[in-house]
Amino acid sequence: MNPQSTIFIKGNSLPPGSKQEYNITVYTENQIGIINRITIIFSRRKINIQNLNSSPSEVPGIHRLNIVLEETEEVIKKLVRQIEKQVDVLKVYYHTNDEIIWQEMALYKVPTDIIAEKVKVERLLHQFGARVVAIRKDFTVFETTGHREETDQLIKTLEPFGLIEFVRSARVAIFKDSEGLYKKVKEFEKQQPSEEVVENEYLDRQSEVFTM
Amino acid sequence: METVQVSEKESAAKPKPVRKVSGSVALLEILIAEKTKTIFGYPGGAIMPIYDALFDYKEKLNHVLVRHEQGSIHAAQGFARTSGEVGVVFATSGPGATNLITGLADAMIDSTPLVCITGQVFAHLLGTDAFQETDVVNITIPVTKWNFQITEAAEIPATLAKAFFLAKSGRPGPVLIDITKNAQLELFDFNGYTPCTHVRSYRPSPTIRKEYISEAAKLINEATKPLVIFGQGVILGEAEKEFRAFIEKGNLPAAATILGLSALPSNHPLFTGMLGMHGNYGPNVLTNECDVLIAVGMRFDDRVTGRLDKYAKQAKIIHLDIDPSEIDKNVKTTVAVWGDCKQTLPMLTQEINSKNNDLWLSQFKSYEEKEFELCISKEFNPSSDLLSMAEVINLLNELTEGNAVIVSDVGQHQMVACRYAQFTQTRSNVTSGGLGTMGFALPAAIGAKYGAPERTVVAVIGDGGFQMTLQELGTIMQNNINIKIIILNNEFLGMVRQWQDLFNDKRYSFTDIQSPDFVALAASYRIAGEKVAKRNELKNALQRMLNFEGSFLLEVKVSKEQNVFPMVPQGCSVSEIRLY
Repeated sequence: MNPQSTIFIKGNSLPPGSKQEYNITVYTENQIGIINRITIIFSRRKINIQNLNSSPSEVPGIHRLNIVLEETEEVIKKLVRQIEKQVDVLKVYYHTNDEIIWQEMALYKVPTDIIAEKVKVERLLHQFGARVVAIRKDFTVFETTGHREETDQLIKTLEPFGLIEFVRSARVAIFKDSEGLYKKVKEFEKQQPSEEVVENEYLDRQSEVFTM
Repeated sequence: METVQVSEKESAAKPKPVRKVSGSVALLEILIAEKTKTIFGYPGGAIMPIYDALFDYKEKLNHVLVRHEQGSIHAAQGFARTSGEVGVVFATSGPGATNLITGLADAMIDSTPLVCITGQVFAHLLGTDAFQETDVVNITIPVTKWNFQITEAAEIPATLAKAFFLAKSGRPGPVLIDITKNAQLELFDFNGYTPCTHVRSYRPSPTIRKEYISEAAKLINEATKPLVIFGQGVILGEAEKEFRAFIEKGNLPAAATILGLSALPSNHPLFTGMLGMHGNYGPNVLTNECDVLIAVGMRFDDRVTGRLDKYAKQAKIIHLDIDPSEIDKNVKTTVAVWGDCKQTLPMLTQEINSKNNDLWLSQFKSYEEKEFELCISKEFNPSSDLLSMAEVINLLNELTEGNAVIVSDVGQHQMVACRYAQFTQTRSNVTSGGLGTMGFALPAAIGAKYGAPERTVVAVIGDGGFQMTLQELGTIMQNNINIKIIILNNEFLGMVRQWQDLFNDKRYSFTDIQSPDFVALAASYRIAGEKVAKRNELKNALQRMLNFEGSFLLEVKVSKEQNVFPMVPQGCSVSEIRLY
């Protein structure tokens, strides 16, 4: 692993040692059990993960995890290095909320009759940018995407009208200053070129992406 | 696409014979290709196909049957520590595999290269609570560098290749491969074995940055009181020569962590002793006086640093390590030199100035003299008739001339052995450092002997630790292994008793331990033995032990309530080290 990427100091004005929300982005091989390997790094240190999103990245066979938690930068740096140490982890980055564009999605289930009856509710939903994803006779499901505070606000507003169920997704985040994984990975391979790339046909089926 | 093309080209160039073999046979062929000489293992239901195949490979692969799986993994650790090669372990599923956990944790924290093969129930039974099924892959995640479950025979070559590569490259560590029974039995096309040299998501060592080397060299050149502290990284990186050249050029005093011992000969003029809780006086106190602290292949364990907020605060810190996660983990560094010390040390040596640090070195000498006067001399020449642990080790040094491999268990005797044992060559100190595993020494000594068959292996064990794995006497008997066992019997769990004495008002809560007649016990395993309690008989007894053809157990009755000093009490700074 290339450790240098994790040593620069983040430019924010918080006093040292204070906690704030950080986003850890992990690129991993698509290996069974890798999430387990990563999450026990947090639980071993009794650190709670606020939310975790795991999904395939734009590169086949490589997964991208976004982990959100509140900690001091010092702790985050140590966690990042421990994650990067895992054999099946390609690369780890960490960012403050200012350095990323992020969204969380939420679904709201509300009784259809109330919406039909009360124009106010519909107006509210419009105001929050909610989109209808399903309408049935008994209930309607709305969707919003946005930041935590916005979804929290809508729940509060809908509650008096009989919110039946609510669910929120984990966070997805994109770096403001990135030029994509391809370039980063190429740089990574350039700095530490591999001697040989023909191996592990079972474990590295998609190696062509990284060995161009 | 490219991968496929290259392998086609390669196979066109030198066609490899394709033959149908079982997963088990392929596994054994791979072990031979990886130059495995000795396997430590124990059979059971889920690994029977491999043991059945092993029956035909008796000539090519030496399998040592242990008495408990914990014994197999500690033996493999001992083997890896003395030989520098990967230790190989076989165990069955369920209890066989869970019995490996202590050894895995020990190997993980002490960076010992191991490949452990565990059997697993048939793939179709996974998750059904089948007989002897345990979720071994998940249980072992925190105590392995990497692990993997194989459910098809065809996965065996590539996975094993990766396992050996990962175990020994970079910062070494244990790898566990769990193989389901159907994968052991299945026939598949085995096209020969290609060792692995690259895994795309894994960098064995970070890129060396020249600018950091120059920065570090500048700090060393400006220093008037430099101190080098070194750990097992020097041994694991096979950089003993490079390390010696480095300290000799700069005339840098060097102190070892417990696992760094023997990387530098004990009588080297620049060697100033051991660091840590029961380390030497000089290096501990002077850590808080040096102006530049150069840490090489060590990880600032709490037993080395004592109280962190009072550790080397005055010094600029240079940390050489292959593992990026160790940098700034416990101690904030001024300059981090990432990389394999086999490469970084010569680069650093080239840039540092030859210097005479006589005044600074003389400070270590005077601390050494003070420690000898106030502590060591009493240990070597006790006023009482009762033997001290230190005088046993001191006599042993005299008789072996520091040429033996010393395997120690955990506790007071370990600290005494590591403090006083003299080493003339590297890979001579085998002990459980990070995990502090009682019961480690007897099986580890077995492995150490296989790893260094031409050397004398002496296991120094306490009466408590010996009783944790004494069943391995059976392994010694059955395989005619020649190791020398010294039991330093103080009829106590000595280290805990020492703490109870010092910090719990002598409330000896469950630390007095009774023992069997160790010599009679050895005799029941057809191992020769002797008991000694008198000073005038000790030297001859040790000599008889060393001269004996074959294994020998020497029980030495030592003073019951002796404490190990010097000591940095927990929560104290290294400069608050107590001499008595």
